[in-house]
Amino acid sequence: MARSEKQNMIRTRGLKRTFKARGRAREKDVEAVKGVDLDVFQGEIVGFLGPNGAGKSTTLKMLCTLLEPSGGTATIVGTDLSKNPDEVKRHIGYISQSGSTSSAARAGDELIWHGELHGLSRTEARKKGKSLLKALDLEGVWEQTCGTLSGGQRRRLDIVMGLIHEPELVFMDEPTTGLDPQARTNLWGHIGRLRDELGTTVFLTTHYMDEADALCDRVFIIDHGEIVGEGSPKELKKAVSGDTIRLTMRNGADTRAAMELGSSLGTATPVQVGNVVTIQVPEGASALPEIISALNKKNIEAIGIEMAQPTLNDVFLSLTGRSLRD
Amino acid sequence: MKQYVHDTMVVFRRAMTIALRNPVWIFVSIFQPILYLTLFGPLLERVAQVPGFPPGDAWLVFVPGLLVQLGIFGASFVGFGIVAEWREGVIERMMATPARRTALITGRVLRDVVMITAQGLILIGAGFLFGLRVSALEIVATLGIIALLAAAFSYLSYAAGLMLKSEDALAPLINMFALPILLLSGILLPMALAPRWLQIFSDFNPIKHVVDATRAIFRGEIMSYDVMLGSGLALLIVFLAAFVGNLAIKNQSE
Repeated sequence: MARSEKQNMIRTRGLKRTFKARGRAREKDVEAVKGVDLDVFQGEIVGFLGPNGAGKSTTLKMLCTLLEPSGGTATIVGTDLSKNPDEVKRHIGYISQSGSTSSAARAGDELIWHGELHGLSRTEARKKGKSLLKALDLEGVWEQTCGTLSGGQRRRLDIVMGLIHEPELVFMDEPTTGLDPQARTNLWGHIGRLRDELGTTVFLTTHYMDEADALCDRVFIIDHGEIVGEGSPKELKKAVSGDTIRLTMRNGADTRAAMELGSSLGTATPVQVGNVVTIQVPEGASALPEIISALNKKNIEAIGIEMAQPTLNDVFLSLTGRSLRD
Repeated sequence: MKQYVHDTMVVFRRAMTIALRNPVWIFVSIFQPILYLTLFGPLLERVAQVPGFPPGDAWLVFVPGLLVQLGIFGASFVGFGIVAEWREGVIERMMATPARRTALITGRVLRDVVMITAQGLILIGAGFLFGLRVSALEIVATLGIIALLAAAFSYLSYAAGLMLKSEDALAPLINMFALPILLLSGILLPMALAPRWLQIFSDFNPIKHVVDATRAIFRGEIMSYDVMLGSGLALLIVFLAAFVGNLAIKNQSE
């Protein structure tokens, strides 16, 4: 096990967060995160995948000292989060979903001030900032006002801000949300290089399956505040064995019939989302004619038939019974 | 302590630089006090002849009121700035650094105090063009009180901004508090002109005593009871407001 020899960068046990409802109605308290166990090792890019509202950002904020946990323990880069949050802050970078720079400030100024808040001197911050800007293809933005940068540039500037004090561990909250496809692919490249060239451990949240698939060594799947699955994207997809057949039916009665058929043919319980039935089969090519003829016998016709290799969405679907796209 | 001062100064320099880079802001800061003096002052010269008007000429009564108004209103709306910075992720980004939480807010308050004191100086300078005459010591003492008021209302406004995180909720809240404070303090017209019941009401408003203090200073009565009371109250308000402001930013992670 090569993994166990590496330093444990994030270790949480039973990490919890409850948002208290106003007043005394305890039953209305919202359990945003219900006891999460995470292990992230040095040099990994780990994704936290889940739908909006699953508890991703809440967990991330707890790990970044921005939100106090309601229970459980967390050790970040070897330091106990609750005992010494200031020491934790020295070793981590946080790249928030909502950005990091004022649109009225100059990029270079923000970098220097941010470095100073991390205890760097102005000269150190300037030197570090310039070399990071270069590494993220942002040469020439030093004098520019942040508000004039493009979405992709501003996002990369956020990453530069988060790296100014050379943290060993970087947290990114939805790093590519709101970017166009080209800027996303470009950013993935930069995040990958961050690990490859600087050895930085990256922990990111995302609700994009392709992002988790393309970028992450390992993925934790979170739903309703609980971890429901963990593994490399490859392992996770393998666990959803075989191929996926997706039938789109015309109405509720047809959908029910397709579900029955799926139960008798599929390797796992079929999943229904609206009029779409997803069936897992060992081998799609042979199962497909069988399904069509079985439906024909019942005088039912599917309006759409799709066969696919499993995606992380299918993994999510099989784990939670819901589609991540919903 | 050393780190606290360092962090406060970084936040102060940042806020100051961003404010000075905004030409509209500078323009408004300079011309607002001058507009008050030219468009409202002449009206007051007439009112000053009414019996019951406090001692001193119209400008000696009016300029201190305007200064207090500047201190309160100039600082009350700074909370909008922190809501915008919250939305841009700036506050959260700073809270994730080892910088002292309270420095993040105190540095911004310091910027507001400097800006408002400078505006006050411009206002007094403009007053001189209209015939106002006060000594350097009186100017320094008055601006000291105005700086305290600015600090207090700036802390409170940031606290409200951090708690509400919404411009739509912040605007009515500020108006709800600022308007009665303004009306019950005799800022524009002295409370000496008010009926008895209104005077009693206004006695409960600390700002009224601060206004009285600045007027006493302008009359050259620096060592008077009015000045002691007014500046003592101003100091008290600053301590309370700083406590509330610092609590608001510390509580962000709860």
